[in-house]
Amino acid sequence: MADQEHFVDEAMEYMPSLYTAAMRMTRNSADAEDLVQETYLKAFRAYGGFEAGTNLKAWLYRILTNTFINSYRAKKRRPEVSDVEDVEDLYLYHRLVGSGGTEFGRSAEDEVLSRFTDEAVKTAIESLPESFRMTVLLADVEGFSYKEIAEIMEVPVGTVMSRLHRGRGALQKALHDFGVKRGLVEFQTL
Amino acid sequence: MTLEGRTGPPSGEWGEIDCAQSIHSLYDYLDGELTEDRRRGLQEHLDRCAPCVEKYQFEAELRRIVADRCKDHVPDALRQRVANAIDHERLKSQS
Repeated sequence: MADQEHFVDEAMEYMPSLYTAAMRMTRNSADAEDLVQETYLKAFRAYGGFEAGTNLKAWLYRILTNTFINSYRAKKRRPEVSDVEDVEDLYLYHRLVGSGGTEFGRSAEDEVLSRFTDEAVKTAIESLPESFRMTVLLADVEGFSYKEIAEIMEVPVGTVMSRLHRGRGALQKALHDFGVKRGLVEFQTL
Repeated sequence: MTLEGRTGPPSGEWGEIDCAQSIHSLYDYLDGELTEDRRRGLQEHLDRCAPCVEKYQFEAELRRIVADRCKDHVPDALRQRVANAIDHERLKSQS
């Protein structure tokens, strides 16, 4: 059992990553701030039930996810799009590096990727349906394992894997679409 | 088409893992979710297949960029707000 006295010392360091997730999920800073505050308050109240020495960050994310689903998603009027179109593997690689492969060389590949700005990445992530967005954030930004994500989102590991696979494909397509629209990358027909 | 003069094997050559399987396992590998056996088999493939290595490097770099560029700075006011809310809650529970 964890002591509430230590809550602030232990939990505050995760605010930057929780705030980033909250921003991507709510898509605006006012709601993101409310969501983070509510998450910390709920966590503080429930901290006595947190098993000290287990994964505090994952526990906080679970509270954030539940709070988001219960408080914020409920407010939305339009139904959430719950699926993404299937995209082939290596969608971005095929379009940016092309079939020419290494003629660009490694540094040129990195250069092409570095053209994606903060705005491009954030816009692409925020374009994903919620369940895919959260799964991709937890894996690719926060580095949680499939099992941890399954526990945070309360879904089977197989669901995590399938959402990751399809969510990452959709993210690559969204990045490419944004890049082409803004002239960050050239459109290539395959 | 080569990296350090190596070329990729045609599908199925050099044992159990071919390029299609290697690409299929790409994210499980980057995620650190492969069993030790599969990871070793895949590593053997990658040691010999420059085109696959290039794709792995591209996806790994993309992931670094996504992680790096989607972060937001926590407003100071939010830190203060949360600290105040917890203090308030603490006082409430003590009274």
